[in-house]
Amino acid sequence: MIEAGQYDMRTGAGLIACPRCDALHVETELLDGEKAACIRCGHVLARPREGAFTQIVALSFTSLVLMVAAVFFPFLEISRMGLGNATSLFGVAMAFSQGWLMPLTVAMLAFIVGLPALRAALLVYVLLPMRGQGRPARHAGEAFRLSELLRPWSMAEIFVIGTSVALVKVAGLATVSLGPAFWAFCALIIVGAASDVFTCAATIWDTLEDRGAFTDGREVVPDTDAAARERRIVERAPSAPDRAG
Amino acid sequence: MSGPDGLSDHAPVLTAHRAGLVGCRGCGRVWPRHTDVCGRCGARLAPPDRRSLQAVWAWWLAGLIFYIPANLWPMLRTQSFLGLAGNTEATILGGVVDLMHYGNYGIAAIVFVASIVVPIGKFVVIAWLARVAGKPASVEAAHTRLRALEAVEFIGRWSMIDVFVVAILSALVQLGFVASIHPGPAAVSFALSVAFTMLSALSFDPRLIWRGLPLRTRRDRTAE
Repeated sequence: MIEAGQYDMRTGAGLIACPRCDALHVETELLDGEKAACIRCGHVLARPREGAFTQIVALSFTSLVLMVAAVFFPFLEISRMGLGNATSLFGVAMAFSQGWLMPLTVAMLAFIVGLPALRAALLVYVLLPMRGQGRPARHAGEAFRLSELLRPWSMAEIFVIGTSVALVKVAGLATVSLGPAFWAFCALIIVGAASDVFTCAATIWDTLEDRGAFTDGREVVPDTDAAARERRIVERAPSAPDRAG
Repeated sequence: MSGPDGLSDHAPVLTAHRAGLVGCRGCGRVWPRHTDVCGRCGARLAPPDRRSLQAVWAWWLAGLIFYIPANLWPMLRTQSFLGLAGNTEATILGGVVDLMHYGNYGIAAIVFVASIVVPIGKFVVIAWLARVAGKPASVEAAHTRLRALEAVEFIGRWSMIDVFVVAILSALVQLGFVASIHPGPAAVSFALSVAFTMLSALSFDPRLIWRGLPLRTRRDRTAE
C-alpha cells in the first residue's frame, strides 16, 4: 500500500492518467463535493458526492420498477372511424418482426428495454454491498466495467423523443391516447439522468479498490484528514487552476 | 490533483506515454508499458497509436456504405383505404417533405436534423478527426478537436430516433382498411449505419488528439 501523494514513475503506482488526453496526475483522495479536473483538457477525473452510492442504488431500483411497468402496461392507443389499435412496448419492437427485418427487433428490444434494465441491475449489484463500509460483491469490477461499456447503447431516452415525433405524425390521422407505459418511460428518463449525475466512475473504481476487490499493493490509502488540511492551504493560493468545487 | 512535478497551467504536460507508462482508458490507472490488461478494471491497455485509426476508418466506411441505401430505399410504406387512396412509400427526405406539407415545421426540423444533418456531420467530423489525429496541433486546435469528438459521441446515438419512429408508427397504425403503416428496408440499413458510426466514434482514441502537441507551448518559447 502507498500513502496519498506518493507515486512511482517506473511502475505508475499512485498516478492517474487522464483517459481523454493521457496527462499524468498524482492520485489524491478527494473529499465529498470536491472535483478533480484534468490539468490539460479539463476532463472531470473524479467528483465524489456524499451518499451517492445509496442514491444511485435507489434510482436504479426505481428505473427497474418503471421498466417493468413500461413493458407490461399499454403504451399507446389510436382510434379512427370506430377502428382502434393498441400497442405495448413489445408490439413496437415486434414491428420489425416480418422477414429479414427480424434482427432489428432483437436490437430494438435490447436498446429500449434490455440494456437499460441490465445497466440498472448491474449498478445495484455493484453498489448495494458497498454502501456504508461494506465489501464489494464478487466480480463487482467486471460488472461495473460492463455497465460502463453498455452506457452509449442504452437508448431509453431517445425512444421517448422518438415517441413524441411519432405522435405528431399520427395526430392528423387518428386520435391517440397515451397509456401508463408512456408515462413510465418519461419518468425513466428523469430517473436515468439523475442517476448519471450521481455516478462518478473514478470514485466507484477507487472504492472497489480500497474495499479489497483488487489488492495488488497499489491502492492509495485514504488519509482524508491530512488531504483536506493540505488542500485548504493550496486553495488559498490563487494559482491553483486544477482545483474546483 | 496536480502534475507529478507540480507543473503549472502552461508548462509542458507529462503524459503517461512520454513517461514510458501506459494509462488505462477505462479507469485512469497507470501501468508500466507493455502491460496488456488493466489490473483494476480489466480493460485492454494500448498506447496511443495511429494504427488504432484503422478500426475507426473501417467502421466509418461500413457506416457510410449502409447510409446510402438508407436514403434511397423507403423508410415507411403507408396504405390507406385498401390502397384505393394510394400506397405511398416515403424515404427519409420524403418524410421530412410530407411533414412540412402538413405544416409541422418543428417536427420536420427535428427529423431533418436527426436523420440527415447529424449523420452527414458525423461522417465529416470523424473523417476530419482521424485525418488530423497525431499530427502537429496547437493547444487551441486540440481543444477544438476534443470538443468535436465529444459532440459526435454525444449526438451520434440520437440518430436512432428515426428507427424508433418507424417502429412506433408501424406498431400503432394498423387500422385495417383505413390506414396501415409498414416498415421499409431503409430502417434496417439506417439502424446499422448509426450503430457503425457510433462504433467508429467509440474506437477513436482521444489521446491521439494530444499527441501532436509540441513539447513546449508557444508561450514558453516567447518567454525564453
